[in-house]
Amino acid sequence: MISVLTPTGTLGYGFDARALARGMRFEPDVIAVDAGSTDPGPAYLGSAEPLCARRVVKGEIAQLLRSARGAGIPLVIGSAGGSGRGELVDWTADIVREVAREQGHRLRLARIYADIPRERVERALARGEVEDFEAGFAVTRETLDDTTAIVAQMGWEPIAEALDAGSHVVVAGRACDDLAIAAYPIAAGADLGLATHMGKILECGAFSAEPFAMDVMLGFLHDDHFVLEPGSLARRASLKSVAAHSLYERENPFLQRGPGGAVDLSGCRFEAEGERRVRVSGARFLEDPVYRVKLEGAGLKGYRTLCMAGIRCPTMIERLDELLENARRRTIEHFAPDTVTPSFRVYGRDGVMAELEPFPRNGSAHELGLLMDVTASTQELAHAACHFLSGHLLHVAWPGQVNTSGNLAFPYSPSDIDAGAVYEFTIYHLMTAESPTELFPIHYDDV
Amino acid sequence: MSETRSLAELAAIIRSKNAGPFRLTFDILFDDEPAFLAVTAADVINPDAIAALFGIDRAQVSSIHVLPEGLAIKITLLRPRAQCAAGETDVYGCQQHVPLMDLPVPLAGNYDYSAPAA
Repeated sequence: MISVLTPTGTLGYGFDARALARGMRFEPDVIAVDAGSTDPGPAYLGSAEPLCARRVVKGEIAQLLRSARGAGIPLVIGSAGGSGRGELVDWTADIVREVAREQGHRLRLARIYADIPRERVERALARGEVEDFEAGFAVTRETLDDTTAIVAQMGWEPIAEALDAGSHVVVAGRACDDLAIAAYPIAAGADLGLATHMGKILECGAFSAEPFAMDVMLGFLHDDHFVLEPGSLARRASLKSVAAHSLYERENPFLQRGPGGAVDLSGCRFEAEGERRVRVSGARFLEDPVYRVKLEGAGLKGYRTLCMAGIRCPTMIERLDELLENARRRTIEHFAPDTVTPSFRVYGRDGVMAELEPFPRNGSAHELGLLMDVTASTQELAHAACHFLSGHLLHVAWPGQVNTSGNLAFPYSPSDIDAGAVYEFTIYHLMTAESPTELFPIHYDDV
Repeated sequence: MSETRSLAELAAIIRSKNAGPFRLTFDILFDDEPAFLAVTAADVINPDAIAALFGIDRAQVSSIHVLPEGLAIKITLLRPRAQCAAGETDVYGCQQHVPLMDLPVPLAGNYDYSAPAA
């Protein structure tokens, strides 16, 4: 039996210290946690900014490292810093070193990088070894010109190699969430399908428990099944909570694709084991004939300035679309030939669902929230254009206007807020790798 | 007498979420089998109905999975705008579920259905 403790769904999102202490009493073989994904958006990959603040991540690493070293078990962190870019592997490794120093641990630290050089993708393109995953567009040389950073999701193999080399802490760049959690059990000889399925459920921490939360979850992996139990006695794993979680954040409930293959979940069985545990069996790993990894790329699209305002006057609300369209056009014309891209979100109407909103567009709101923003090639231009846009709407006139002294209620001064660089996903594609470890160099230091 | 309930009255959980940056996935989870069967029997969740509900092309409905063992229905759409593309409104895709709550489900005339226990 191999047991894994996952403290939370995302490193930096918190867990209950008592749940960790209780979980550690089960004597897990490894603490493994995922620190990110694409879910918070492409900006974290493009900018190499950490998803969570250093002080927060340090606080959690301090608790996890103390527990892991106290028990003499390794700590694995996947998708370091959020996007798993190299800068964030270094950022996380620096925190681990600092904590180790403060707590007086001597340890072997492995850093595994998942950054993919442009030249490597070009080589794959030339060989026809890049295919769309779900992006709906092809990667070309122009795509690469527009891409700021590329990472690939590593599988369990580089992490297993680092563990085999005696690492006490493994800080991995972008890694398949499931496999960062499953790497230790797989390295110890566990069934690939079962271990990956267990990793898939554990990677969200106690999101598979009820009540769900970012909190401690444990998995106990046996030869032909695994058992899940939350760390906190205030939670339980139930058939419903675990089955519901197996649908979460994915399209196909029967097939979970990852580096090198897929897990077939169609034969899975979930059985309650007492009040708080669920026993899961039946996952099978289907190996791909060629080893492919998922590439994630983000590209800089410009800089954004935004402005928030409230609208209360019914004479403006009833003709809002026309006023916004005019303001957009006037702003674009004013700054031509430079390109500025204004956009609006109208909260209280369709600010949340936009084109998917079925509610009648001319509803009866007595008040609307207007979020204006402008994206442009420089922050200075975006700021100038956003101020022009909000200023135009502040003072624009229309027939039947009752109040001629100003149309927008700004909550702040300054009302235009520079929001920094804007990134979009430019690559979400599969690339053939020569081996599972080819793309993911490992560096060791003894701290 | 046949009657109609909203999906929110029959399901325990109706949720939306990103499935990667280019997909939006909806999970409809039921607490009890009669409610699940009432919805599947009514055939109100199919690609045409979902396209009409969200005002999108049928081709944007990527898949629908019905899971009798899990008392669940899963719907996945191609996102109208990729996550964080210009004009996109919901980074996590977690507030797109409401039209499903209001989806009317006609109950079969001879179907003796009582509201699920709280």
